[in-house]
Amino acid sequence: MLDNYLPILVLVAIAFAFAAGSVVFSRLVGQKKPSVVKLAPYECGMPLFGTARDRFSIKFYIIAMLFIVFDIEVVFLYPWSVMFKRLGMFGFAEMGVFIVILFVGYVYVWKKGALEWE
Amino acid sequence: MENLVQAALANVNFSAIMPSLVLVCFGMALLLIGVFSRRGRTTHIAWISIIGLVITGIYTYIDWVNPETQFGFAGHVAQDNFAVFFNIIFIAAAGLTILISDDYLKREGYPISEYYALILFSTAGAMWMASGTDLMTIFLGLEVLSISLYVLAGMFRNDVRSNEAGLKYFLLGAFSTGFLLYGVALLYGVAGTTNVADIGMYLSAHKAALGNPMTIAGMVLLSTGFMFKIAIVPFHMWTPDVYQGAPTPITAFMSAGPKAAAIAAFLRILMFGLPELHAEWGAMLWLLAVLTMTVGNFIAISQTNIKRMLAYSSIAHAGYALVGLVAANEVGLSGILYYMLAYTFMNIGAFAVLILAGKQGEENLTLDGFAGFGYKRPFLGVALCVFLFSLMGLPPTAGFAGKFYVFAGAVKAGYIWLAIIGVLNSAVSLYYYLRVMVYMYFREPTEDYSWISMPVGAVISIVIALFGVLYLGLLPDCVMEMAKMSIF
Repeated sequence: MLDNYLPILVLVAIAFAFAAGSVVFSRLVGQKKPSVVKLAPYECGMPLFGTARDRFSIKFYIIAMLFIVFDIEVVFLYPWSVMFKRLGMFGFAEMGVFIVILFVGYVYVWKKGALEWE
Repeated sequence: MENLVQAALANVNFSAIMPSLVLVCFGMALLLIGVFSRRGRTTHIAWISIIGLVITGIYTYIDWVNPETQFGFAGHVAQDNFAVFFNIIFIAAAGLTILISDDYLKREGYPISEYYALILFSTAGAMWMASGTDLMTIFLGLEVLSISLYVLAGMFRNDVRSNEAGLKYFLLGAFSTGFLLYGVALLYGVAGTTNVADIGMYLSAHKAALGNPMTIAGMVLLSTGFMFKIAIVPFHMWTPDVYQGAPTPITAFMSAGPKAAAIAAFLRILMFGLPELHAEWGAMLWLLAVLTMTVGNFIAISQTNIKRMLAYSSIAHAGYALVGLVAANEVGLSGILYYMLAYTFMNIGAFAVLILAGKQGEENLTLDGFAGFGYKRPFLGVALCVFLFSLMGLPPTAGFAGKFYVFAGAVKAGYIWLAIIGVLNSAVSLYYYLRVMVYMYFREPTEDYSWISMPVGAVISIVIALFGVLYLGLLPDCVMEMAKMSIF
């Protein structure tokens, strides 16, 4: 039973070794020429314009929360689609109930204006 | 695979969860009706939720008339008399709460349509707790119940106290749920099942497991989780703040419905799952019952805010209910059921009068605000007196009959001292309940109470509560027979 997890363990070990090896190796052989731009948290893209410990708009939280809900819906749809034929009408009805409940939530969220950004 | 589907289909039995199913459907419909209605119009939503509760009541009645226990969802749910009796309590609590809510919410400036849907959802959760025969189902019900309540407690967004109530309830509730789940996990580790009855059978077949520290730890942690919800001392710290900060109808609801739900689940687990450990949990609950009654009553004495006073008194009442659980005999257990029903009527009734007497912004809830109230508002004054008499436990009210059965159970089981401490505590509680009446009738009125309107819903709710209190007090036999049929 546990043997089945051996490949995962090996993969984890390799990934860890690779990550640690890369850091150590570059520290050992790499050249260091630090500059202001290089030491910034994000070396490419937008220049910094303030601290990260700021208050965020509540909109981000709402979107993130809704994302999780509908994300989970999709996660449940995948195994159902794989077993669709074998589960037959039973699975169809069960998923129907599930999707209807989420749909009610979706309509509610939409009408409530939680999906509008401004 | 085909067999699996067949087996799953055969196990699903919708008639076992019909009442809660109706509530959930109505709750979802109300959410949609709410967003499609004009802002600030919630009266029709309140009445639709009442219709939903009436239909739920009809299904509950059908379940009661049907003598067979309905099992459903692979033995996760059992709609037995016990569950049906508690369903009646939940429906009464939710119905009375909704009736007093509409006018109050408009007065306070929060006509929120989701309020009613959340009450229906939490009532459905309470029903799953009472009918759940598997620790996971009970946990699911507890979460549905609690999450709705966290939101309801913090409903008044611009009120700091309400925010505090919501956050405090959420954090401590989540924490206590952790305890509960830890207990479930340990008991599962011992017995290899989460089914309550199977745990009981395993423990009676394997006496060695009884001495296993894991079993005891599981029992204690599980109890801790429930005792947080029932607000048993020393897990009561959140109660006064949450009860004071939450919207008053929600306070009324929280102290009746969810408390009864937690007691129902606790009772079922102790009586079915852990009867072999009666000596252990009996001793534990004996001590906690004494503590809860005493602490609740004595701190209530020093309160000047009536809402907060009722919060402490609800802690004390949970202690009285625990007395029946310690006794764990027929009279004591059916006494708990009876007591919870009586408490629902008297407590929500008292809160209903409190809501009508209050001003916008939750003001005028202090003792001084009730000076001369009884003369200026005779009907409300008399009603509040009846509810307070019932909370004290004086005949001929429901509170007397309830306390009588609970304490009689304790005496019958040999817990004489527990009954004596309980009665002494009732005597202590006379002081702070009577003080309200003294203010109402023996102080010169400073206000003319002209702001009090008498909305239909609240009046209906007070009349129903009055009827319930007096009926249960004067003719206790009929309901007591029902309660006796409801215990195992």
